[in-house]
Amino acid sequence: MSARELAQQLKARFGELISEPAEFRGEITVRLSDAGRMADVCQFAKKEMGFDFLVDITSLDNYGTDPRWTVVYHLYGYGHHCHLRLKTGVSEEKSQLPTVSGVWRTADWHEREIYDMMGIRFQGHPDLRRILMWEGYPYFPLRKDFPLAGKPTDLPQVAFTRAAPEEGGPFVTRPGGQNSTAREPRAHELESDERADRGIAKNL
Amino acid sequence: MQTRTEIGYNSKVEGDVIHTRLDSAVNWFRKNSLWPMPMGLACCAIELMAAGASRFDIARFGSEVMRFSPRQSDVMIVAGTVTYKMATAVRRIYEQMAEPKWVIAMGACASTGGMYRSYAVLQGVDNIVPVDVYVSGCPPRPEALLDALIKLQAKVAREPFMALQKRVA
Repeated sequence: MSARELAQQLKARFGELISEPAEFRGEITVRLSDAGRMADVCQFAKKEMGFDFLVDITSLDNYGTDPRWTVVYHLYGYGHHCHLRLKTGVSEEKSQLPTVSGVWRTADWHEREIYDMMGIRFQGHPDLRRILMWEGYPYFPLRKDFPLAGKPTDLPQVAFTRAAPEEGGPFVTRPGGQNSTAREPRAHELESDERADRGIAKNL
Repeated sequence: MQTRTEIGYNSKVEGDVIHTRLDSAVNWFRKNSLWPMPMGLACCAIELMAAGASRFDIARFGSEVMRFSPRQSDVMIVAGTVTYKMATAVRRIYEQMAEPKWVIAMGACASTGGMYRSYAVLQGVDNIVPVDVYVSGCPPRPEALLDALIKLQAKVAREPFMALQKRVA
């Protein structure tokens, strides 16, 4: 029983809802066209196909394209040792999809984290509240329109945040440099004249 | 009883008595018994535990007990990343410690926010508590923490104890 066969089984059961399984480096991915059916698909995957372990749920912010959110479910079965990835798109206006915490209890906290970081709500979730940031924090930090350094907030008696100092931007490496000095993470905004001013040699 | 000491007095003549100032005596008592309040928040806590274990033995410097009660401790060692969510708790624990109290900021995260220049991490615990010694490292070696403790002991030894007492006129 390979992952591809299991994915074909899933497609046979749900028909047009599931896309053709795509393979990348031995990993099988299927897309759901309708996020609202996710709970049914997951229930089938767990009960009939033996995917009894939900490895992870994560979300992507496709800022600028529609649908804005992609929610990715990683499934695994201890019996058949196969992984499967389910992807589904959710539009920004809706920002909702059904919970799978009825299928796997661990999804409870994964979905709370997605709600906290991205703002995607899960219908039927037993306790949908923030898990990493505090109640009353006004933003969703892992959205692409939220700055890396953060925004200042103040919730008296509870918590406060300040923007972290950027000092010239995210320190990123320059991959493909000749040596580790060239690849060292530097503020990526430094252009060549600034580097000369700062005494960094040209060939670095 | 004759004692061998390097202090410049003859014990046979003067006996086992040392004359010193109250400042020095009290500071000596305090610096040699700094009981830590381990605010172990992240990976630096592991190195704090290592400093407390037998190989690096923080107890030989007087930090005999890691009192997890702030009421019974002298120095708060902030070991780890202080998130904004945890910051209120750290401040509350600090306020529950009795005077005199000191703070060691252990590691990069406690000193400056470390590698986490982000929306969730307090950029240095010195934004909420007054820090006496900063230790760099990610994590600092246990010997570095012991060096910080020694520096803190030197700082405590310099404190003008009598001058800080309230005077009744």
